[in-house]
Amino acid sequence: MSQYTDHLGRPLVAITGMGVVSSLGQGKEDNWAALTSGTSGIHTITRFALDNLRTQIAGTVDFLEESNQGASALSEKLASLAAEEAVAQAGLPIGDFGGPLFLAAPPVELEWRNRFALDALVKSEGEPGYDLLLAACRRGPQVDMFNTIEFGYIAECLADKFGTRGLPVTLSTACASGATAIQLGVEAIRRGESDRVLSIGTDGSVSAESLIRFSLLSALSTQNEPAHKAAKPFSKDRDGFVMAEGSGAMVLESLESAVARGANVLGIMRGCGEKADDFHRTRSKPDGSPAIGAVRAALDDAGIKEDAIEYINAHGTSTPENDKMEYLALSTVFGERISSMPVSSNKSMIGHTLTAAGAIEAVFSVLTIQTGTIPPTINYDNPDPAIIMDVVPNVKREARVSSVLSSSFGFGGQNTCLVMTAEPN
Amino acid sequence: MQNNTVVITGIGLISSLGEGVEAHWQAFSDKVEPRVDSETFKPYTIHPLVEVDWNNQIPKRGDQRQMETWQRIGTYTAGLALQDAGIKDDEALCATMDMVVAAGGGERDVTVDKQILTEGRVRNDLGTMLNEKLTTELRPTLFLAQLSNLLAGNISIVHKVTGSSRTFMGEEGSGVSAIDTAVARIRSGQSTHALVGGAYNTEHPDMLLGYELNGLLKTDGWAPLWQRENGAGGGVVTGSGGAFLVLESLDHAKKRGARAYAAIDAVYSSQIRRSREDLTEAVAGLLKAAGAAQAADLIISGACGAKGITAAEKAALDRFPDVAVRGIAGKLGHLREGQFSLVVALAALNVFKGTAFPPIDADNESVGPSQVRTALATTIGGSRGEGVARLVSV
Repeated sequence: MSQYTDHLGRPLVAITGMGVVSSLGQGKEDNWAALTSGTSGIHTITRFALDNLRTQIAGTVDFLEESNQGASALSEKLASLAAEEAVAQAGLPIGDFGGPLFLAAPPVELEWRNRFALDALVKSEGEPGYDLLLAACRRGPQVDMFNTIEFGYIAECLADKFGTRGLPVTLSTACASGATAIQLGVEAIRRGESDRVLSIGTDGSVSAESLIRFSLLSALSTQNEPAHKAAKPFSKDRDGFVMAEGSGAMVLESLESAVARGANVLGIMRGCGEKADDFHRTRSKPDGSPAIGAVRAALDDAGIKEDAIEYINAHGTSTPENDKMEYLALSTVFGERISSMPVSSNKSMIGHTLTAAGAIEAVFSVLTIQTGTIPPTINYDNPDPAIIMDVVPNVKREARVSSVLSSSFGFGGQNTCLVMTAEPN
Repeated sequence: MQNNTVVITGIGLISSLGEGVEAHWQAFSDKVEPRVDSETFKPYTIHPLVEVDWNNQIPKRGDQRQMETWQRIGTYTAGLALQDAGIKDDEALCATMDMVVAAGGGERDVTVDKQILTEGRVRNDLGTMLNEKLTTELRPTLFLAQLSNLLAGNISIVHKVTGSSRTFMGEEGSGVSAIDTAVARIRSGQSTHALVGGAYNTEHPDMLLGYELNGLLKTDGWAPLWQRENGAGGGVVTGSGGAFLVLESLDHAKKRGARAYAAIDAVYSSQIRRSREDLTEAVAGLLKAAGAAQAADLIISGACGAKGITAAEKAALDRFPDVAVRGIAGKLGHLREGQFSLVVALAALNVFKGTAFPPIDADNESVGPSQVRTALATTIGGSRGEGVARLVSV
């Protein structure tokens, strides 16, 4: 094992650049200040009409010009901003990245405004419906609309802007997507395909329809007043997650190449683990074995034992199901120690950024290692007595943290965990 | 790092031509006419899915109800591939099996959309109206039946494939990346066996809209694949279907005594900026890298028929006049996310049989060699992404 390889002789993977955007703001500095002071980015939605909606709150990103231009435009902009910050921090040229791109992006569909606009072109020709929408298209291509529904479009724009290499990968593993983007990057570096990769998770897809879809599955909190109290992971009265937007980006490099070019190593992406669940489309296997398997796989991949983990950046969505199952998984893996080790959920403040969550929370995990500050789980006023964990309630904590587990669990049986450490060994 | 040979040990196929490996081989060998429907979605022509008894691979009615058609096609085809590989119902192998699925999105509720468009013409409060309609008319579980990663999720539930589950998106390119990634992982020892593939349902107007927003669809009936540049519309004729592969390291396959169709020697991919780079040069470059100039006997082309794009691919293919080409979309349509796994499967099948099936468009395709030991498979995306795989006999 050289200084640049891990316990299995694979290249160690360094994190040399990070960027983040969330409802708390743009950039690591603003986000970290807000996150560690226990500030919530959840607010009453202003993007669309709220009549008839049971859930009227979200952690939307409202401060960008693209915030009202649809899911594709906003997701692209969020990804672009986070990547710019990450690439700049890594000290690499913005237009000539020279490694592959792995992008976790939300599945997008044609926006209603565009369906209405198409219909308006052919209104006089008969009953509305798909026949007429298609007839409208035959009058001439609608390239801008077309781009918004092509899943490969955002990655193409980013590849062009950042000069990434080859065919970019766009992926979705639901709420684990951001972690999967990082995992794919780690694997590519370990295979020696590239010295560096750009991994991004982005999500700017909060719309009336996307909110209603989650709402119909009874997945969302309906505690609209006050909005900032709605996301309350691990609390007894938690009633669902809060949809949110944002983006997280990481520049990952082989440690050897990072050191050789004199890059500042922010942390080590030590291990990734995954395990799919075959139980149900939205519910976890009752014994928690897939989530347990994902945590253990990440620890094994990192080559470290449970007792080496000092802090867990939890998935912690604030749904009754997730938080219960996550506790089952963590308490099974970490045993008695889970009651005294710090476990906090960023989602109490930024909400559930869905496709972006795994990437954003990986960035925050490394910031904890770098700064020695653990962000709190806010709104922890009414602990769930069945979940006996130190959730870093309501107020940040200063602590030396050299290793973090970040977990992501999603619909469709997706479970992916990451282990990040301060040092390579 | 290891350098394993990666072999295809299972193929699952359904399309307008039939179900399973042999049905497809026969349909191509017997030169049966393409099965098309030019009426249902007039003026568009599609290749409709063959009649499928879903119970054969998705035994629970409850599971079938939870899926839209594209998910059902994919889950069914994945089952065929597992069965073909002799892995189906082998709990241990499925529980450690990796999975990469190339997925688009699912089908929307046409009735609800029509209601909303109708109201949209008479109401000024569009936002309020949308909320009213969507909250009351949408079937709650439809979301899951549409969600991209839920094809993989359904495969886990129905077939118990749970080693890992990754869904790639991005039209044709997602299929290229899915196979490329699975092959790279097995070759390097990061994985021993994997299920990879994609599915597409074209028999839904919203899926056609996804092409027609950019004027991509052919509007004057079916024509041979390489003869569409002067027809009306954009040239693409889509098809419903799915293609899944079981990939293994040769060692893993040998140990369990599995039959291998062919080895995937390499996957070459790119995503050029088509606005300023030449597509023909790019495709020719990939073909050359994959050995078309020296060692390939046959090229199974996934050309989608799109005007300009397919002409550029044809121009690149024509630079290798000694290699026989089969444009399979001329027979069963374009499967978008499923196209690359489809052409890789058919290329592997030709290598396995050791012979090429006859030309599909005899005016533009040569008869080909008596023996096929190496075949290339291409998929050039309608908008972006280019991929070529090289298959060799084992």
